[in-house]
Amino acid sequence: MGSGVGTELPEARYSYGGDEYVFVELAEAMSLKVNFRAMAITNRLREEDIPGVTDICPSNASYMVRIDPDQLNPDELISRLKEIDEEVGDAEGFELKTRVVDVPVMMEDPWTHETLMRFRDRHQDPDATDLEYSARINGYDSKEDFIAALLGSPWLVTMIGFVPGLPWCYQLVPPEEQVEVPKYVRPRTFTPERAFGFGGGFAVVYSVQGAGGYQLYGLAPAPVLDVEQRLKDFQDSMVFPKPGDIFNYRGVDREEFDRIRSEVEDGTFEYRQREFVFHPDRSLEDPHAYNREILGVLYGD
Amino acid sequence: MAIRVGQPGLLSTVQDAGRFGEYALGMPPSGAMDQFSYEVGNYLVGNREGEAGLEITYFGPELTFTEDAVIAITGAEMPPKINGEEAATWETLAVSSGDVLTFDYLRSGARAYLAVAGGIDVPLFMHSRSTYTLIGLGGHEGRALQEGDELKTGDAGDRADRVGKRVDEDHVPSYSSETELRVIIGLASYRLTEESLEEFLNTTWTVTTDADRVGYRYRGGELGFVEREQPAGAGADQANVVDFGYPIGSIQVPGGVEPIVLMNDAVTGGGYATIGTVISADRDKLAQTKTNDRTRFRSVDLDEALEARKQRREQLEEIRQALQ
Repeated sequence: MGSGVGTELPEARYSYGGDEYVFVELAEAMSLKVNFRAMAITNRLREEDIPGVTDICPSNASYMVRIDPDQLNPDELISRLKEIDEEVGDAEGFELKTRVVDVPVMMEDPWTHETLMRFRDRHQDPDATDLEYSARINGYDSKEDFIAALLGSPWLVTMIGFVPGLPWCYQLVPPEEQVEVPKYVRPRTFTPERAFGFGGGFAVVYSVQGAGGYQLYGLAPAPVLDVEQRLKDFQDSMVFPKPGDIFNYRGVDREEFDRIRSEVEDGTFEYRQREFVFHPDRSLEDPHAYNREILGVLYGD
Repeated sequence: MAIRVGQPGLLSTVQDAGRFGEYALGMPPSGAMDQFSYEVGNYLVGNREGEAGLEITYFGPELTFTEDAVIAITGAEMPPKINGEEAATWETLAVSSGDVLTFDYLRSGARAYLAVAGGIDVPLFMHSRSTYTLIGLGGHEGRALQEGDELKTGDAGDRADRVGKRVDEDHVPSYSSETELRVIIGLASYRLTEESLEEFLNTTWTVTTDADRVGYRYRGGELGFVEREQPAGAGADQANVVDFGYPIGSIQVPGGVEPIVLMNDAVTGGGYATIGTVISADRDKLAQTKTNDRTRFRSVDLDEALEARKQRREQLEEIRQALQ
């Protein structure tokens, strides 16, 4: 089970990814605590600006660093990472300067519904929808209760990747409230762009259309990837999400979905977002109380 | 305009050294799969490092030059013809406006590279001209070449003095249908049983039809995972882990069969256990393998990987100097 307050994390595994990557698995199990460590370590590494480090990729319960081994020996990097690991410890007192973002999503939209019905033969339960199935195996009485749980508490962006801009999100709730679902038995060959899905312990927004194996619940009207950088939120980067962002998935109806879609089309859409200094310790102590505070910052004015 | 595309070949894409520094956004490097052949092509035509060329996979295109140009063809043995006459490879050639370049069928290897003096001029996308085939970004309109496409080349000035330069025989690779790739075992290799790890290294694997710029899938053995109670967030299948980053060259084994080596256009992360990584020096060789070829994986340590990398770099430098 996930580590909550006071539980010890295991020893990190350091490994070479060939000669050009160093891969560090902080724990086999996902927990907020381990992700905070991954973020604290990679933030520190970024600040050090070590020559020969080309990419720093924080992941859910691990992180990866790409290096130019002609400039920096992987063993040298690993020695430094072990020191940083000790300095960071269990990330107690770690503060994350981040932002909290309102991410609209229309649950049970017609487009992902059409998709999931088309691939029923690849699913664990061909006779239910992905939402009905996920609600049942997570012990919810109804899919409405399940949806309410997903939309009721904010999420931490714990990793970006798979394809450009796709955010993995882990909900800021106690371990016993974490939702967990399997991926499709065989992956779909199609997923609509901006589909809101769930696999293992993670929610995602598919940044582009393509193959995928996550359970499908809805569709986001606003993009997470804007290659042409037309929208204001994408002026600095074609990818909107950043590791450490706090996303609040907010349910919207068809009317609001369509309105946001037309704002995206005419280039005027902007995410509602507020700067926020996130204190992981407080989230681990009393997540629900802290979440109310976070949402107050986002929607308070 | 400098090159007009007739029939486009099976998969011909604009590629350069790759798109680096964006891995954390989920952007893989793309770029030429066989960087050795690609780079030597640039040396031959006198290009600056990183100028874009064409990667030609399995079956070559028909290209008409609409201006005089200086070119070189390297990589897979796919004998080129200019106006129907066989032309040399690993050698700098002059072509005239109106000349037509075609390719005979593939004899060995998988990917040939066309370098053109001045480089193929497509817009930079995230500081690279490489085509990212998986989602269609970069290169020429984000896709493989199609009939009727017109490619511009960069300004080359006078490169007539380069014509006739050739790579020393000793440096021209030969491609076999049996390849050994060196790997560093690691990442989540603890997920495999010891016997399975041994079997992975003792099996002669066959390249399946699923072998492209995203990854190479192999068949030939069955590997088993250490049974465990799946950790939080990983999902139920024993092959699954809490989603993490995938290095280029990393090997994953979904379902215990058909290991996949991820290549230049791969997904940057996901939830399948990875067991090791092909070393950087052997990616050129991997890129020249094709469906039904046989591959063995040999475990090496970091020192051997770094030594192989150094030798490759020195060899390229020797070639570059000899061609100056």
